[in-house]
Amino acid sequence: MQAVRNILKTFFLVELFAGLRLTLRNLFKPKFTVHYPEEKTPQSPRFRGLHAQRRYANGEERCIACKLCEAVCPALAITIESDVADDGTRRTTRYDIDLFKCIYCGFCEEACPVDAIVETRIHEYHMERRGENIMTKDKLLAVGDKYEAMIAADKAADARYR
Amino acid sequence: MAIWESIPEQFQMVLIILAQVLAVTIVVTLCVAYLTLAERKVIGYIQNRIGPNRVGPKGLLQPFADVIKLLLKEVVVPSSANRFLFVIAPLLSITPALAAWAVMPLFPGFTLANINAGLLYVLALTSLGVYGVILAGWASNSKYAFLGAMRSAAQIVAYEIAMGFALVAVVMASGSLNLGEIVEAQAGGAGLLNWFWLPLFPLFVVYFISGVAETNRAPFDVAEGESEIVAGFHVEYSGVTFAIFFLAEYANMILISALTAVFFLGGWLSPFQGLFGEDSVLGAPGLFWFALKTAFFLFCFLWFRATFPRYRYDQIMRLGWKIFIPVTIVWIFVLGAMIAFQVPPWFA
Repeated sequence: MQAVRNILKTFFLVELFAGLRLTLRNLFKPKFTVHYPEEKTPQSPRFRGLHAQRRYANGEERCIACKLCEAVCPALAITIESDVADDGTRRTTRYDIDLFKCIYCGFCEEACPVDAIVETRIHEYHMERRGENIMTKDKLLAVGDKYEAMIAADKAADARYR
Repeated sequence: MAIWESIPEQFQMVLIILAQVLAVTIVVTLCVAYLTLAERKVIGYIQNRIGPNRVGPKGLLQPFADVIKLLLKEVVVPSSANRFLFVIAPLLSITPALAAWAVMPLFPGFTLANINAGLLYVLALTSLGVYGVILAGWASNSKYAFLGAMRSAAQIVAYEIAMGFALVAVVMASGSLNLGEIVEAQAGGAGLLNWFWLPLFPLFVVYFISGVAETNRAPFDVAEGESEIVAGFHVEYSGVTFAIFFLAEYANMILISALTAVFFLGGWLSPFQGLFGEDSVLGAPGLFWFALKTAFFLFCFLWFRATFPRYRYDQIMRLGWKIFIPVTIVWIFVLGAMIAFQVPPWFA
């Protein structure tokens, strides 16, 4: 009996039609596609994108050249050189992040005792020439100055979970 | 008009025929272009995506962007390939796909070449397409291409037989080898019940599935088998030569769909024939119904591709030799009995 039923099932293509019905139903379902440049998916305040260095409200650099970020960086993407500045504080003379080495893990941000190095939400950037992948101290500070409002808001939103 | 009158009558005829051939070829080529877009759209929609929508309004110019891209690309001929055969192979696969349209009855009273053995001509041309595939596989001097060609050859031989038997039944039922007369044999007062799909139902299914196999489309696309042999016979092709293979595959799909419509769904006949009368919009036969039926089968091609996983090679052979051929032979005898007893409404 079972054998007869199986033969009938095979010859009337029962299972093939079940599959076709499923795909046909999906044809009329609403689509998930996000039309990217016009529409964007929501981002978390914790999003880890392009790096930035922050300043205090009085314009003083936050970074104290403790080199914790350099030590924690699993990809060895950070290079720091430091010296004593004119006002007697310890400051970086060189702070480079190689964006090609960086894996955007966010450990530098976690390690920083003064919230100087942060990863912003910016992810739509590109490089056009060789060497542009190195984020120097000036470039990092420029990004930080430009997006300070956004960075501060994201830090505030995430503060209670830290 | 004066210039036209001054041309000798024989040349006038040649020019008219040339214009007709050109018109049909261009329309078929445009259909191929938009079939590629339709495929991406339909499969996209089935996978809950929306498909291409960037080039032109709603992505309608996408086929032209693709064509321009392919035409501008370099044609790379592998170093130890047979150059002549390598270039001639794509042409060998596109020519039969377009040439078969010569005998296609497009609407009442119009066929490019109304030959009385049209069905034989179609059978001959559709089986010719495999030479392009075999030559491409061999001339590429690549093991993947060669494997794809061997698979394709075996598969097409296997399914050609089932297809041929299904067509024998169509010839028995209609009593003619002329495609126009096959369509007219399906006319009658009972609407779409008059068509051959009903008395020949198993053969209708076998014919269409064999057609899918014949065009190397999913789920019978072992000749391409991109997950096993990269792209099969056209792995070494690029640029224009690849574009022509692509064109041939889609032209063949359209051809098989149109032939299925002609043989089993009454070609240009209206599904409401005899119910509404010849003069009404719905009852009148015409190109519209033919195009609609062809489009339905084309949609099935895309639908199958989005639904079924690829057959294993031995399963394809088993299906072709051990199931389709026996089924068609048995049904030819059933059909013979139906004709002998003059079963209405088809054989009365």
